[in-house]
Amino acid sequence: MTSSAAVVTLDHVSKRYGPAGTPPAVSDLSLTIPAGEIVVLVGPSGCGKTTTMKMINRLIEPTTGRITIDGEDVMRLPAVELRRRIGYVIQQVGLFPHLTVAENVAVVPRLLRWPETRVRDRVEELLDLVRLDPATYRDRYPSALSGGERQRVGVARALAADPPLMLMDEPFGAVDPILRDRLQNEFLRLQAQVRKTIVFVTHDVDEAIKMADRIAILQRGGILAQYDTPDAILAEPASEFVSRFVGADRGLKRLSLGRVRDLALTSPTTARVGEARADVRRRLDEAGAEYALLLDESDKPIGWIERRDLSGDDGVTPDDATPGSPTLQPESTLRDALSAMLGSSVQLGVVVDEAERVLGVVSVDAISEVLRAPAATVR
Amino acid sequence: MDFLAQVLAWFTDPANWTGNNAIPLRLWQHLSLSVVSLAVGVAIALPIGLYIGHTGRGARFAVAVSNIGRAVPSLGWLGIAYPISTGLFQRAGIGFLPAFIGLVALAIPPIVTNTYAGLRAVDDELREAARGMGMHELQLLMRVEVPVALTVILAGIRVSAVAVVATAPLAALVGGGTLGAYILQGLALSDEVRVFAAAVMVALLAILTELAFAWLQRRAVSPGLAAAGDASWVEPPQLPAGPAIVPS
Repeated sequence: MTSSAAVVTLDHVSKRYGPAGTPPAVSDLSLTIPAGEIVVLVGPSGCGKTTTMKMINRLIEPTTGRITIDGEDVMRLPAVELRRRIGYVIQQVGLFPHLTVAENVAVVPRLLRWPETRVRDRVEELLDLVRLDPATYRDRYPSALSGGERQRVGVARALAADPPLMLMDEPFGAVDPILRDRLQNEFLRLQAQVRKTIVFVTHDVDEAIKMADRIAILQRGGILAQYDTPDAILAEPASEFVSRFVGADRGLKRLSLGRVRDLALTSPTTARVGEARADVRRRLDEAGAEYALLLDESDKPIGWIERRDLSGDDGVTPDDATPGSPTLQPESTLRDALSAMLGSSVQLGVVVDEAERVLGVVSVDAISEVLRAPAATVR
Repeated sequence: MDFLAQVLAWFTDPANWTGNNAIPLRLWQHLSLSVVSLAVGVAIALPIGLYIGHTGRGARFAVAVSNIGRAVPSLGWLGIAYPISTGLFQRAGIGFLPAFIGLVALAIPPIVTNTYAGLRAVDDELREAARGMGMHELQLLMRVEVPVALTVILAGIRVSAVAVVATAPLAALVGGGTLGAYILQGLALSDEVRVFAAAVMVALLAILTELAFAWLQRRAVSPGLAAAGDASWVEPPQLPAGPAIVPS
């Protein structure tokens, strides 16, 4: 994976399917798509998102305006040459049924007349990259693959000639929600490796929020309603349309962008099994706290002990503690964390590492603080 | 049994294996006329079918051609072709040409309609993927559309081939020889054995043609398509094969 990513610019681009005077599908759209980022075009049907994407590889030609890839006007190149340099993934995947997996992946390299040994090596490399064992899958036909496997072959095929730019038209639209989630995660991991510039079209605002570095929200007639990071769009929708489109639960959606590790954790007062109750009482007094978190020998949380249950002088036992705080991982989204905390008796989340040792606690207040904060500055 | 023994005797009679009415000669006339007619029919019909199937233009033309093909009986083609060939080339009585014209006309419609229907049945998403990956229109046609539609295209050629082989005996009516010559002689001489023997040979040739194309289809069509059992394969719109019937 050596080829760099490309910068794509759209400069006052319009597309009108009918004669002059008919309403345009895309109106005067200007966008800069930074190298190596995933930009998601999202909007209701008829907003021109697919038209916009297809103008980049000239499956549709703009009526007016200019589109450049790394400064080069796309209209200057022969369309087929342009397209061979741009990866393309469509919703139905569109694998060629008469070709094997390897032959499908090799389509663009062969159009580019790569030597056969290079084609073969590249196919192996790509199947590994999308986690399909080459020996198992190379000679299969698409009809013998599951939906998820086809999708992965489709991505491998689009990456075959190592294009600096990929266009993806609702690539996960035709699979069930569980598989979609898995493919999205896989794709994000893959993108972290390959760092392509990606233009991604979807009508699903949740998918946009999950996948995007930046989101371009289009409204009917191909008018750009807002172009910003997911966090900024959720925090400060630019218009009535955007706020309706992202949904009334945009606060919660914003929470799904944040991770527990982004929060400042607080250290709770802790107690250890076997410790004298008087010692724990004293420590609670010092901290001015009402609850102590009881840990076992290996620092794993057992539950909370309230001050009034600490009378007497014998040692603390696990039975003294009230379990109930959810344990959270640093990777948990704030949305999941909040949801777990609201459902428990003690509204504090205990954050633990992989060995389940306590790292700290977070409160519901700390999370709602995040929502009050303005959007993070554009990356 | 007696009749079949006579038929067998006819086949083994050395007199039927020499001279200008010999079985090998008639078979040769039959096969060469069939092969040449089919080849020319394919050469004309396939490009037309590919063009209208790929572009989607001229669908009405394809329907018209197939309807004409259906409407005019084989004998009718011969009746049309005979005066044309005599008028055009001033060579009345030479049987090959009118028979050839008639058989080519018979061969064209199934190939045009099947090629057209086969290409149209290729999923649009495959075209979009192919264009999006940077294929020229000709590459799209030859590397995607034709291979995917091959079953249906070959089915059209198979229907034509069987129709041509089974209809070729009509050439005898205009002096074109073929196995049909035996049928005409047999009818004239009330020699049922000869009629029957010729009919058996025509039927066998038609069956062999069918088998050859079935084999070719299995060899040529990608196993990925055979295994699919989904929308990438459509029931070919076959036209009825021309019956090898001689008017009495």
